[in-house]
Amino acid sequence: MRWMWIDSVLEHDPGRRLVAIKNCSLAEEHVHDHFPDDEDGPADPIMPASLLLEGMAQTAGILVGSLNAFREKVVLAKVVSASFQDEVRPGQSVRYEAEIERADEAGAAAGGVISRWDHRDGGWAEIGRVDLVFSHLDHNRAGHRFPDENFVFGDNFRTILRGTGLDRLA
Amino acid sequence: MSRDEITKNVQEVLEEALGVDPDEVTMEATLTGDLGAESIDFLDIVFRLEKAFSTPDKPFKIAQGELFSENLLNDPELVADGRITEKGMAALKEKMPHLDFAIIEGDPQVSKLPELFTVKSIVDFIERKLDA
Repeated sequence: MRWMWIDSVLEHDPGRRLVAIKNCSLAEEHVHDHFPDDEDGPADPIMPASLLLEGMAQTAGILVGSLNAFREKVVLAKVVSASFQDEVRPGQSVRYEAEIERADEAGAAAGGVISRWDHRDGGWAEIGRVDLVFSHLDHNRAGHRFPDENFVFGDNFRTILRGTGLDRLA
Repeated sequence: MSRDEITKNVQEVLEEALGVDPDEVTMEATLTGDLGAESIDFLDIVFRLEKAFSTPDKPFKIAQGELFSENLLNDPELVADGRITEKGMAALKEKMPHLDFAIIEGDPQVSKLPELFTVKSIVDFIERKLDA
């Protein structure tokens, strides 16, 4: 499994905002375990909220990484808050609108709104909000050593960035 | 801004950043020991303090290491065998004058340093910085 929980970047306002999209599909294995056909009832495939959170973390993480041309190792340090009012099911799309609240050499606070597109009724509906704190690993070593290469923004992320023009920053 | 107002803002920041109840955030409470803060919470706390004390015409900016100067302790000259050296103590006092080092002066173990980061130390830090 490739740990990519966004499919494409739609908009990028440098240093301020990044919008990404994710299409939820019945071909994804995990929705069959969440939830399977069992004694509680028939199968009920839903995208886990934890992966919606990961999608926002990747969207906001790319935004934070783009501040320094992806030279910093940007890691998710803290989920400040996460609230979800509705679910995402196969056939629906998710939009992550991440904005940076604050950023400095130690890290950044970023997050934003998660919306869902339902192809039957058409239109985006807000389904959640996530606020995160990211740390720039090399500025917060606390005595630990990390590899020189940027293992955070590896090949998987480059694939996403290439399709959006963002790779020119990398 | 009065000390009472500063205290109120600091308490609110800590309640939100650490998810603690208002009555837990006493002046003597230590961030890591009593309020359960982890090292990464310090970054969140710094961001929130900047936001809470910024005004439209005067941004309030806390430099890295100004409030919580952990990286200092990676220097072998300043720490030896888990104890803060004389030189280390002098460096810490200069870097973080808002801390009450008397608490660990007799037994300057690095592991005791978190005891200095109390709610009061943050209020002192903000007051000192706003006055500067």
